[in-house]
Amino acid sequence: MKKRKLKIAVTGLNAIDSPGPGISVIRALREAASFDVRIIGLSYESLEPGIYMHDLVDRTYSIPYPTAGIDTLLARLEYIHEKEKLDVIIPNFDAELYPFIKLETKLKAMGIHMFLPTLHQFEERQKVNLNEFGKKYNINVPRSKVIHDLSMVYSLQSEFSFPMIVKGKFYDASIAYSIEQVKSYYNKISAKWGLPIIIQEFIHGTEFNVTGLGDGKGNTIAAVPMRKQYITEKGKAWGGISISDEEMLDMTRKFLRTTKWRGGFELELMKNKDGELYMLEINPRLPAWIYLAVGVGQNIPEALVKLAMGEKVKPFTKYTVGKMFVRYSWDMIVDREEFEQISIYGEL
Amino acid sequence: MKLRKNVAVSEAGLLFNPVTGESYSVNPIGVEIINLLREEKSPEDISKFILGKFATDKATFEKDYHDFIGILEHHNLLDSHEETKA
Repeated sequence: MKKRKLKIAVTGLNAIDSPGPGISVIRALREAASFDVRIIGLSYESLEPGIYMHDLVDRTYSIPYPTAGIDTLLARLEYIHEKEKLDVIIPNFDAELYPFIKLETKLKAMGIHMFLPTLHQFEERQKVNLNEFGKKYNINVPRSKVIHDLSMVYSLQSEFSFPMIVKGKFYDASIAYSIEQVKSYYNKISAKWGLPIIIQEFIHGTEFNVTGLGDGKGNTIAAVPMRKQYITEKGKAWGGISISDEEMLDMTRKFLRTTKWRGGFELELMKNKDGELYMLEINPRLPAWIYLAVGVGQNIPEALVKLAMGEKVKPFTKYTVGKMFVRYSWDMIVDREEFEQISIYGEL
Repeated sequence: MKLRKNVAVSEAGLLFNPVTGESYSVNPIGVEIINLLREEKSPEDISKFILGKFATDKATFEKDYHDFIGILEHHNLLDSHEETKA
């Protein structure tokens, strides 16, 4: 039987050393059992590798950075939609989610579907709100403090012991072993991502991640826990293995049940030496390692598209444990004309 | 003293703990001992089996056995933490 063909736009084509999830999401969509796809890449930079991966991405359009404003983004999406007649958009960056959430109703009216967390869910799980989030939903989180001013750094010693984590509001985290290091990371991270900075209690232990999908009604549609086996200098997983920790799955189900999370997500968890589990971060989108979930039997991007299209999705109930992913880098040979095309015309 | 039920052991001697995602390699004697632990053999039975199969003395085996069990315990691969004597 011939499958229907969906036109799906995907961001996060930056398959670099700190990779965006786009390419993994696209691989998952191309393996979807219930539909075929035409993939439209949405890029921010001309050297995002996905732009040139023509076997995965059918056509790419550049889009403006979120700082350009929602109206500029909408105008660009209207142009792309006119050309491509999009069915679904899957945004894959934390920083772009706010404008896409704001545009969800307008895009829906144009016939473009998304399946994103609500603005309330998106804001509530922000790093700056993690303490309150933990209290409200009775989820174990590390103690943290938001600082807006470098002078606040000196009072930290009475509240936190060293080492402590210095985090940016969107990205970046460093372990500081002295006040001098806290100050240095404060300056470095705030220069890149702005204020505030979050100081977090350091939990000694092993880091795990869970990716999954919530239906927005409290149900767990998918959940796959993973342990990073090979971590890059930027803290990204270059290799990992699926595991079967019931406690992590329980925490995930509780997170989805209590918040009624809508959309894909990645939980960053830490287990200390006493076996206590902490939720360090909630990333409101699918992770770059999402293809492992497909490899163990849960095609989460496919399920997300179906939910976006308003279709019923049966929750996944099992996955293969002990399956690994090993990432690799690959040099593509690209004609300069292609680079010119995307750089000057914003389309390829 | 039992190996955790969900710990997988390959013939080649690779142990995989599916809860933590950690893998360990053990040598052929380690595999023999793990298989005996799986069969819930007593430390005395394990001692008899190993001494009958390999050229070693009881004192050396007991020391190595305790070290090995200690490592398995340290990595949370055993169900019981009770003291065991070979």
